[in-house]
Amino acid sequence: MIVAALILGTLLAVALRAEAGRGFGASDWAALRFTLTQATLSAVLSVGLAIGLARALARRRFWGRSALIALLGAPFILPVIVAILGLLTVFGRAGWISQILMIFGLDPLQIYGLHGVVLAHVFFNLPLATRLILQGWQEIPAERFRLAAQVNAGPGAIWQLLEAPMLRRVVPGALAVVFAICLSSFAVALTLGGGPRATTLELAIYQAFRFDFDLGRAALLSAVQLGLTGIAGFVALRVSDKDGVGAGLDRVLRRWDGETPLARCIDLAWIGFAALFLILPLSAVVVSGLSGLVLLGASVWVAALNSVLVAGLSTVLLLSLALPMAAAVALGRSTLIEVAGILGLAASPLVIGTGLFIVIYPVADPFELALPVTALVNAVMALPFALRILVPRAREVMLRYGRLSLSLDMAGTPFLWRVFLPRMRAQIGFAAGLAAALSMGDLGVITLFADPEVATLPLQVYRLMGAYQMEAAAGAALVLLILSMGAFWILDRGGRWHAEA
Amino acid sequence: MKYSVFAAAILSASAAYAETPELTVYTYDSFVSDWGPGPAVEKAFEAQCGCDLKLIGAGDGAALLARVKLEGARSQADVVLGLDTNLTAAAAATGLFAEHGVQAEYSLPVAWEDAYFAPYDWGYFAFVHNADAVSVPTDFKALGASDVKIVIQDPRSSTPGLGLLMWVKAAYGDEAPAIWADLADNVVTVTKGWSEAYGLFLEGEADMVLSYTTSPAYHLIAEEDGSKAAAAFAEGHYLQVEVAGILAASDQPELAKDFMNFMVSEEFQSIIPTTNWMYPAVTPSAGLPEGFETLITPAKSLLLSADEAAALRDGALGEWLDALSQ
Repeated sequence: MIVAALILGTLLAVALRAEAGRGFGASDWAALRFTLTQATLSAVLSVGLAIGLARALARRRFWGRSALIALLGAPFILPVIVAILGLLTVFGRAGWISQILMIFGLDPLQIYGLHGVVLAHVFFNLPLATRLILQGWQEIPAERFRLAAQVNAGPGAIWQLLEAPMLRRVVPGALAVVFAICLSSFAVALTLGGGPRATTLELAIYQAFRFDFDLGRAALLSAVQLGLTGIAGFVALRVSDKDGVGAGLDRVLRRWDGETPLARCIDLAWIGFAALFLILPLSAVVVSGLSGLVLLGASVWVAALNSVLVAGLSTVLLLSLALPMAAAVALGRSTLIEVAGILGLAASPLVIGTGLFIVIYPVADPFELALPVTALVNAVMALPFALRILVPRAREVMLRYGRLSLSLDMAGTPFLWRVFLPRMRAQIGFAAGLAAALSMGDLGVITLFADPEVATLPLQVYRLMGAYQMEAAAGAALVLLILSMGAFWILDRGGRWHAEA
Repeated sequence: MKYSVFAAAILSASAAYAETPELTVYTYDSFVSDWGPGPAVEKAFEAQCGCDLKLIGAGDGAALLARVKLEGARSQADVVLGLDTNLTAAAAATGLFAEHGVQAEYSLPVAWEDAYFAPYDWGYFAFVHNADAVSVPTDFKALGASDVKIVIQDPRSSTPGLGLLMWVKAAYGDEAPAIWADLADNVVTVTKGWSEAYGLFLEGEADMVLSYTTSPAYHLIAEEDGSKAAAAFAEGHYLQVEVAGILAASDQPELAKDFMNFMVSEEFQSIIPTTNWMYPAVTPSAGLPEGFETLITPAKSLLLSADEAAALRDGALGEWLDALSQ
């Protein structure tokens, strides 16, 4: 309810404040077409590649595996401009790969255009999709694999019997999430798109606010964006299979399939390629940031502290919103709640921020409320991801242990405390880590409510860049990366402690 | 006894605090950052006014105006500092600004006659490149004909982007669409703001970036790096004049006027060149810092009046979109 109120209410506030504006023009249709194209391509590519990668990761056990899985959270939580610069350092016209190409006399890599936008989106979303789908693999109890090994099932049979049904459940949700993220993408499309051809709806909303101050048009475009995401989310929910794979006894997972040399090669190739694709741009960010670290002043560290506080608050808010919602969905109470969760993905932070500003301004001083409001909006924005992570697991838990618990008269609080939460620990840790990291990297809302004394770290990075302090900005970005990754890793690891990951 | 002393102390302290008037100035983010003019300006003004100056960063120029419009007459701001001439017509049309009454000997290349907005610094837009570049175009036509790669900003989300649009329009009028069509293949990408574009240029993604003639001064003076230069164009360069205005609904009109006068005074203006990296509106008696003399001075200064700029804006944007969307 709170979520719906926040998203739809702020949209309403903006719409009511608007004067008569232009309607949906020709450029808006072009924006819509481009938005749909790149979002669909990105979603399909990300999830497609993620399936292969997740399969490889699920089958293999190797040194550094849990580090790689934790690292999979990194690209998603980076502030966009930092990640783009990292990507460009590797793939850009003057990037590492272009330099190698030029040694061989070939033209430098042309990254700007639709393919650049899709590449960046895959970089951001492939890891997230992989984690989500890998979770699905975790759902399959160890007993099934044991059974499969006993009947000597080959890869094809395992696929048909175990993996494909699981994927049918998990993939539509992952597709919807990635689609919604790419739908509302803004800076990526603008910087890597190569020009105004590559305008997304989010950019059109931004311009309606900034360039024309046409609140009516902004509200209209935002409504369209919400509508598209709502449709995608709804379709995904309808398509995904709700039945689980059955209960297990929590044995340690061992797999006997995939031991052939061919399988090993394929898996190695997947993991190697993915690791390289992810690590190169990240290391570019690290390398350029190291020299800037010494230039950082007190203001950056204060901003870092603020960011950590906001992130903490956000995470707490998020968990208090998400867990009840996940439980409600798992009990089959309402699909509306799930859709409301997905809506948060497509809601433009600009619209939410402005709407909140309009609502709060007559009543209180926005600056005082800056940090709590930012925390709240970040929590709502992270809600869809949290739900995507928590809901499948919650369903499993309810299915497997619901009846057993009822028969033991464990309904209500004991069930929650002894069964539900401990079983969900890994997912709660992941969701909390993601929320904390996302909140730390967020820039959207704080700009309207910001006070110079109350800056968060991403805002500080932008301010440094605007003051020609590129090196210091890179240093601050590195600090942001370390903090985000640190928070993510602590929470994620804490959740996965002794749980199968 | 103790309590009454305590209470008296608190009351008098709060009374003393309440007596310090507070002047709230909305400005853009880079002004308030530690490397910007903000800290020095705050110190200098508070020393002479006996007040509390609050500088609040609200994004960049266009975001500033949007914020003011959003808050309307109930805004707590007294002064808005950081709009530019492309935005002043829209700002004046809101009816939220009052006449500033500032008189000064401006060192602008053009005459200044706006009663509502007073300038505090200015600069020329220019394409910045590496000083050791082999072939540097000398005007837009040469740029369009060459294969030099440039990165520019989107006029819809960035004031330099809008400045470039107006520059081409002011220099070429009806020929602007043809110029943009030629430039379309030179443009590597269009970024959201100046920071991203400049960052891309420094990373080597493009040969030239749209910035200011004063950008090389930053590298020269602050980083002792003489490797950047601005390209002088024969058609002339477009001016960006940054202005400030007083809000009519301000609760500190006298203090606001004091601030505006302070803004064109020697103290404020001498802070500007090495913090905001623009030319001061009133040249300080000590002149410009060393290093500024190496900057190019355009033969011709182009500037559309506030009303002209507002009228041409949408048409020019349409031409830009058409040319670059091919």
